Amino acid sequence: MSTAIETYDTEVVGSDDVETPELIGLLAEFNDVDSVARAARTVRRAGFTRWDVHSPFPIHGIDYAMGIRPTRLPWIVLGAGLTGLSGGILLQWWTNAFDYPFFISGKPVWSLPANIPVIFELTILLSAFTTGLGMLALNGLPRWSNPLLKSDRFRQVTDDKFFIVIDATDKKFDEAATTKLLQEAGATAVERVED
Amino acid sequence: MSTTTIEPLVLPRANGEIDNTTDDPRYRPPLVTSELSFGDVTRAVANVAERPTTTIWKVAFAIALGFLGMLGYTLYKLFFTGVGVWGNNQPASWAFDIINFVFWVGIGHAGTLISAILFLFRQNWRTGINRFAEAMTIFAVICAAMFPGVHVGRPWLAYWLFPLPNQMQMWPQFRSPLLWDVFAVSTYASVSLLFWYIGMIPDLATLRDRAKSRAAQIGYGIFALGWTGSCRHWHRYERAYLLLSALATPLVLSVHSVVSFDFATSQLPGWHTTIFPPYFVAGAVFGGFAMVLLLAIPARQFFGLKDIITLRHIENMCKVMLATGLIVGYGYSMEFFVAWYSGSHYERFTFWNRAFGPYSWAFGIMVFCNVLSPQILWSKKMRKNLWVVMAVSFFVTIGMWFERFVIIVTSLTRDFLPSSWWMYKPTDIDLMMLAGSFGLFFTLFFLFVRYLPVVAIAEVKSVMPQAHIHPDEHDERSGDEHRSDYGPDEHHRHGNGNGAH
Repeated sequence: MSTAIETYDTEVVGSDDVETPELIGLLAEFNDVDSVARAARTVRRAGFTRWDVHSPFPIHGIDYAMGIRPTRLPWIVLGAGLTGLSGGILLQWWTNAFDYPFFISGKPVWSLPANIPVIFELTILLSAFTTGLGMLALNGLPRWSNPLLKSDRFRQVTDDKFFIVIDATDKKFDEAATTKLLQEAGATAVERVED
Repeated sequence: MSTTTIEPLVLPRANGEIDNTTDDPRYRPPLVTSELSFGDVTRAVANVAERPTTTIWKVAFAIALGFLGMLGYTLYKLFFTGVGVWGNNQPASWAFDIINFVFWVGIGHAGTLISAILFLFRQNWRTGINRFAEAMTIFAVICAAMFPGVHVGRPWLAYWLFPLPNQMQMWPQFRSPLLWDVFAVSTYASVSLLFWYIGMIPDLATLRDRAKSRAAQIGYGIFALGWTGSCRHWHRYERAYLLLSALATPLVLSVHSVVSFDFATSQLPGWHTTIFPPYFVAGAVFGGFAMVLLLAIPARQFFGLKDIITLRHIENMCKVMLATGLIVGYGYSMEFFVAWYSGSHYERFTFWNRAFGPYSWAFGIMVFCNVLSPQILWSKKMRKNLWVVMAVSFFVTIGMWFERFVIIVTSLTRDFLPSSWWMYKPTDIDLMMLAGSFGLFFTLFFLFVRYLPVVAIAEVKSVMPQAHIHPDEHDERSGDEHRSDYGPDEHHRHGNGNGAH
């Protein structure tokens, strides 16, 4: 399953073995967008599946180079929006027309036009929070402890460096061969990620 | 076919500013000037939050805190004495409380307009100013939400505004515009906060990774949520950002429309008009952009962000201000025309009274500030003169406050029956509360510029020329997909590998 790529198997991360640091992947550094994108295509063609590109900003077109399929987030948001919509209708009908009918100026107790603003706001409210929290949940965030962040080199990812991380659990992973592949793909440095 | 060589674009300099406002269609002028690298952008923005506290910041913050203290005092007087400390009377039972509410909630609109609507229109220049404007939105909405909250007189019963089961076994009246307002403003506040925070996560990670002290590492680290810039994360992040923009766009248009319904659905001459929703929204954007300029121009000066918030950004904002100002001016004239054309005696009197009655001075300030003063922005030379832009923005901020004063006070004090006419005069507490709300706004704003990334670092980097993949011979995509404004999402059609789900 693809989710393992970004969350890194817990059995590897949560290993009790403190004595010998465990290799959990290889980290390759790149200096610019073009070289990381080229290397990403190389890694993908080599058949790796548990790997990722890290960059300071979204690189447009990298999804294609990496072969990332579109996220299902919009469908989840659609569901939330429909829930907000029907929730807004039910709330107003139940409170003002059913549980405690309000007779005001001889108007009907249930008249849709007057209820539209609240229905609209609840639709937006539920959709927006589902978008934000759903994005974080699908990304496996928050995740405050991450072996990658122990590397001083990797911390430049939020500044101006680009990285490819290949997970040690990938079937094609072999420390020596993968290091060589990354170096040939143009990495300026390759580092072991240990936990 | 002969090929013409286009000389490279050289940006002129004047008064220490780089002028990237060229309209030459052969060039796409840079949004980040001085050829900054990614690292330069990080340093320029992070430096604002990382450098030691400056004296000028301390002085400014102390002044803001002083005004905040004044707000605390007026709230104490209000809660322990009652709404009688205000100048509200019959017939002016709504006055400064609602004027300040509409004023502040209107200012908030520019932030969402910049972050959401300009994003959907692919206006990449928004990246330099959106963080600022979104922060301003949130602080303005906090100031706005305070006024109806305390206006209920018994703030400990403010929860009656929400559909919560209570001891009276009664529910709110959902067909009242005042309740629509509760839902519109609280949705707006929470969605704006979410949008601002989601946009800030990558930049908080930047500050986390640069932090020297343990406290800063932990503080920024908690709110950065463990962001590592993974492209699989960026993919969902960008999709979420697009969805939030699409959701916030109708939301921002609905909020001030709903605020205007508070007035438009009543039967009072001067309020009972169908032009209110669009005219309120335009006025909100107008006043909001004025506030963004008032904050952004000094900030780029003090924090050395002139290469990121460039003259082009200022000029574009001036154009938005001019356009919305014209809509507002059209709204004013249309109100007068319809009052005359309706043939309604009361409508005609209300507008005659508005322009020539006892509050004509307020009407004069409003017309001068909102209709006349922005006209200077037709001149490109004036749009590039920061002093002129600051002066116009200042006038517009004042003018938009007076617009709400004119609409509310002139209509309420002289309605149908002359026997129920009365004048309205604010008390000292009213004036102190207005000044105090600025204290609240600026306290929050100064804390923001001191501790948080004031510019969307990751977004600015993504609109720089070196952020785009350049084609090479191994690349099988068509040339069209390399355009910088090409949407990222179209690639997914072709994607077939292992990926985000």
